[in-house]
Amino acid sequence: MKYSAWSLFKNALRHNRNWPEAWRKAEPKKHYDVVIVGGGGHGLATAYYLASEQGVRNVAVVEKGWIGGGNTGRNTTIVRSNYLWTEAALLYEKSMQLWESLSRELNYNVMFSQRGVYNLGHTLQDMRDIERRVNANRLNGIDAEVVMADEIAKGIPFINTSPDARYPILGASLQRRAGVARHDAVAWGFARAANALGVDIIEQCEVTGLDVDGGRITGLQSTRGAIGADRVGVVVAGNASVVAQMADLRLPIESHPLQAFVSEPLKPVLDTVVMSNAVHGYISQSDKGELVIGAGIDAYNGYGQRGSYPTIEHAMQAILELFPIFSRVRMLRLWGGIVDVCPDACPIISRTPVDGLYFNCGWGTGGFKATPGSGWVFAHTIAHDQPHALNAAFDLERFETGALIDEHGAAAVAH
Amino acid sequence: MLLIRCPWCGERAETEFSYGGEAGIKRPAAPDRLSDPEWADYLFMRRNPRGAHRELWNHAQGCRRWFSAERDTVSYRIARTWRLDEEDSG
Repeated sequence: MKYSAWSLFKNALRHNRNWPEAWRKAEPKKHYDVVIVGGGGHGLATAYYLASEQGVRNVAVVEKGWIGGGNTGRNTTIVRSNYLWTEAALLYEKSMQLWESLSRELNYNVMFSQRGVYNLGHTLQDMRDIERRVNANRLNGIDAEVVMADEIAKGIPFINTSPDARYPILGASLQRRAGVARHDAVAWGFARAANALGVDIIEQCEVTGLDVDGGRITGLQSTRGAIGADRVGVVVAGNASVVAQMADLRLPIESHPLQAFVSEPLKPVLDTVVMSNAVHGYISQSDKGELVIGAGIDAYNGYGQRGSYPTIEHAMQAILELFPIFSRVRMLRLWGGIVDVCPDACPIISRTPVDGLYFNCGWGTGGFKATPGSGWVFAHTIAHDQPHALNAAFDLERFETGALIDEHGAAAVAH
Repeated sequence: MLLIRCPWCGERAETEFSYGGEAGIKRPAAPDRLSDPEWADYLFMRRNPRGAHRELWNHAQGCRRWFSAERDTVSYRIARTWRLDEEDSG
């Protein structure tokens, strides 16, 4: 069923009792051409682009919990493409371009709102780095500009730009095409669109083993039985190392909790996204009025989907440093996601030493923005058994050749 | 808030400590004869287990000494901590 103003009207007349389910509950078949492990945004996007762009329709997505219940539903929904190095910038920019037409493409409102993202600079060196990154972005055709403190004060009414602040704001980079999107809608939209193209979405199906025969993947074991597959794409974020071990692979990944919080709903007060590497926090306001606040990662390895109190306190200090007006706002909810941190703060979207087994991981603290682009290049990589030009540099071999892509500066949350 | 037992100072709050990552990674004995994959393994590849993890901690805001810990990465419970010069009895 196509969603439209007409379908809204028609269903409203029937008291919204007859909406069909957005995707069917599939039972695992004996064999698929491709099985995607992980039903988050990246996995669902991969399945969707396999079916829509690559013509591979005998595809299943297996998810141990429910669709979008992991990091896809646990992030701060920021979308931007202002990365320093050309390889990363072009990958994230591809994603940005997909975001710009995603609601229409999926026939699902992902509420992509290009409200701009400010990355603040607090020291002379911050400003030099910002100018360098803005220039690099513009050379790659990505919109970016440097704004100074007086323009920030005009653009963000309640931010503290006083020169007497503990960490005074000197300026910022601003990407006006950047913004936020509704994270759940992205998962549901991709799931619904993939389902419409024949993809089986199998929830509550945890992978317990990978079947490798003579250096080639033949399928996988799950809590819902054995599933045969010619090719398997693994997109499981913080659990990447756990699944890799099932095929005796070692990854350069460490899993860390990353926390976020929302406040009680407020009237509109912040109509853009503000991030600061130096004081270490980022903030936007959701359409419901909640302040959405992100913290840095917890320092230690963890799989617990909750973080530590010192990290919460640190993030709150950062936000109050920027916005003293929020000092009496109460926090409503907090949660943690498990992020897969890579040594160079860049993802791995790659073939592996096992034929037919592909990994898409290492997005660390910034994977949400890449959801459509990640799925698009991963679908290409799986369908052609070789990377697209956009993700060729993001292979597993770069840790042997030394061709790392150091994006710690633009990744926004210190790793 | 984790309570971490420094082998020298006793139990202290986690804010006094800094994390040193996976323990037991040995510097190669003959670095000039190491292949690229072996270098990659030493420098970048990590066990990153879901469960018991042996790791290094530094009592940065206290005695500033390094020590080892075994911690569960799901419950975050620290089973034990020991000095680097102590025999690791497993």
